[in-house]
Amino acid sequence: MNAARFLNRLSSYSTLIILAVPLLVVTALTDLLANYLVLRILTAFFVSLIVVLGMQLFMGNSGILAWAHVGFMGIGAYVSALCSMTPTMKKIAIPQVYPFLLQLHMPFWAAILMGALLAAVIAALVSYPLMRLSDAAGAISSFALLIIINSVLVHWDRVTNGPRTLFGIDERTTIWIAAACAILVMILAYIFKESSLGLRLRASRADAYAASAVGINIPLVRYFSFIISAAIAGFGGGLYAHYITSFTPNAFYLVETFNVLAMLVVGGTLGISGAVVGAAVVTIAREGVRALENSLNLNHVFPFDVIGLTEVFLATILIISLILRPEGIMGGREFRWHPKKAGKEAGPETPAAEQEQ
Amino acid sequence: MVIYEFLINAISLGCLYALMALGLVIIYGILKMVNFAYGELIMFAGYMLYLVGSFTNLPWILVALAAVLGAVIVSYLTEIVAFRQVRTKSLTALLITSFAVSTLLQNAALLTISPRAKAVILPPIFSTTVSVFGLNIAMRHILTIGVSIAMFIGLTLLFRYTVLGIALRAAADNFRMTRMLGVPADLVISSAFILSGMIAGVCALFWIGRTASVTPTIGLGPLLIAFIATVIGGMSSLLGAAVGGFAYGLIFTMIGVLLPQVLLDYREAFMFLIVMLILIFRPEGLVRAKHTQERVG
Repeated sequence: MNAARFLNRLSSYSTLIILAVPLLVVTALTDLLANYLVLRILTAFFVSLIVVLGMQLFMGNSGILAWAHVGFMGIGAYVSALCSMTPTMKKIAIPQVYPFLLQLHMPFWAAILMGALLAAVIAALVSYPLMRLSDAAGAISSFALLIIINSVLVHWDRVTNGPRTLFGIDERTTIWIAAACAILVMILAYIFKESSLGLRLRASRADAYAASAVGINIPLVRYFSFIISAAIAGFGGGLYAHYITSFTPNAFYLVETFNVLAMLVVGGTLGISGAVVGAAVVTIAREGVRALENSLNLNHVFPFDVIGLTEVFLATILIISLILRPEGIMGGREFRWHPKKAGKEAGPETPAAEQEQ
Repeated sequence: MVIYEFLINAISLGCLYALMALGLVIIYGILKMVNFAYGELIMFAGYMLYLVGSFTNLPWILVALAAVLGAVIVSYLTEIVAFRQVRTKSLTALLITSFAVSTLLQNAALLTISPRAKAVILPPIFSTTVSVFGLNIAMRHILTIGVSIAMFIGLTLLFRYTVLGIALRAAADNFRMTRMLGVPADLVISSAFILSGMIAGVCALFWIGRTASVTPTIGLGPLLIAFIATVIGGMSSLLGAAVGGFAYGLIFTMIGVLLPQVLLDYREAFMFLIVMLILIFRPEGLVRAKHTQERVG
């Protein structure tokens, strides 16, 4: 009785446990044993994972292709950097900075949260009309939003230092911070998916007409979800800024969008597990090819520098995965542990319900 | 006098934009997909100009033909290798595929040629000016306008009077119905990609003719222009593409004049703001199609 209920509850949270435990083990092992390079790669993986999860939260549950999230990541990165840098450093890094921004100085965590908050506020201000659009128009308009954000980041000299590199940010994102944040976001994304809002959003993806018919206000549901997912992307951006410590606006443009999309699509957009698996697979593949590329260049195997091999490889993987498994490696399922197959409480929340589409 | 010269420059740009938009619309009409790899077709044609032009002694017209042919072949190959396989899946899958194809081609150019700009040899006709009625007009503009108009007439005839053209229009209106009436889907879509590649190749001649150099990322500019122009003009007809191309030129110039100096840098942002506003308030664009419907696989 009690034990059965406990097992049932455990089963419904098992996805998170199954995903989080290996990540924590790998983090601990890396921290103990591995060299600096692996540490950096794993930290970058967690930071990307946060953005991928933010994108999954909206795109996976609403079915609308979301281009703009890397833009929100950029907003989070710039805002958190501006908040956390010391006035002295800011004066050097952004010579023309507005005086009121110059005085702004807050602790790391406050800065990161400011980044997430501002990304959410901007999403809230601009996105409502876009939420009525789906299909081609939805995809095109969010692509337009990405370009607008990039254009503003590139040209607003007095805030972002223009197209030039912004440097001098403290390196604060350690591997444990990145891992903890990624797992936190994972839990959030999972709770969102299972929440009433998430359920309504998924219903709107599965059948927009039926969802409206049962009284779901689709634009509003999409709107709230979009704000949450933009906040997560902004949060990831803040951590990215304090990991990489110097960047240009074009770090948050088409190349990064391609990276994040590849992770999400290869793993599967429909679930948290897909996002995690995709981010892991793509990171491993990318770093493998990048190592090859570097060693080719270092040893001068070819008379010219090998550039772009990594992207060619990733794009090929992405195309092949879209052809063979368009719903991703996880195919819309979550990792889940079922305590007893023969158990009498084969509740209605079996994974079969997950495989809409 | 200056105003006329400015006008001819504007018309030539408008023609070029209209042509670019047309190449995108042909595919959008049928698959409801924005082909992100469209810009890379222009890039590929540019590299063909560079490679064939620099390493052979062929007359320029043959070099240009080779470039257009190259874009056609690449467009067709992307269709059979990638787009055909995901065509029946979701629109999201199609869009991401085209984004991936674009990244693939761009980086393939980085990998095999060079990240640095390559100079393209152009015939003297691109840099001469002629005097017409006392006006000094660059030959380039006359060529652009002439070729664009010829292409438009040719395509209009094709769409109106040939079986292929009618099939293409029918497929753009209602793809499922067209298939049921016995038009082979693959053939129609392949033809659309071939036509799109041809248009991209021709655009490349004049687009690269303006700067005389080619880089792996040269396709992004034309792609975004075509993208905005199709949204403005309407994504379902030849006329829409043409109107969109000219409207783009007009709006871009007007924004340049109207915006205060401080905001001038944000021109591109304003263009895309207009795109968003049009999608929200008039998603069918300036030229409304007679018949539109949601996409089917």
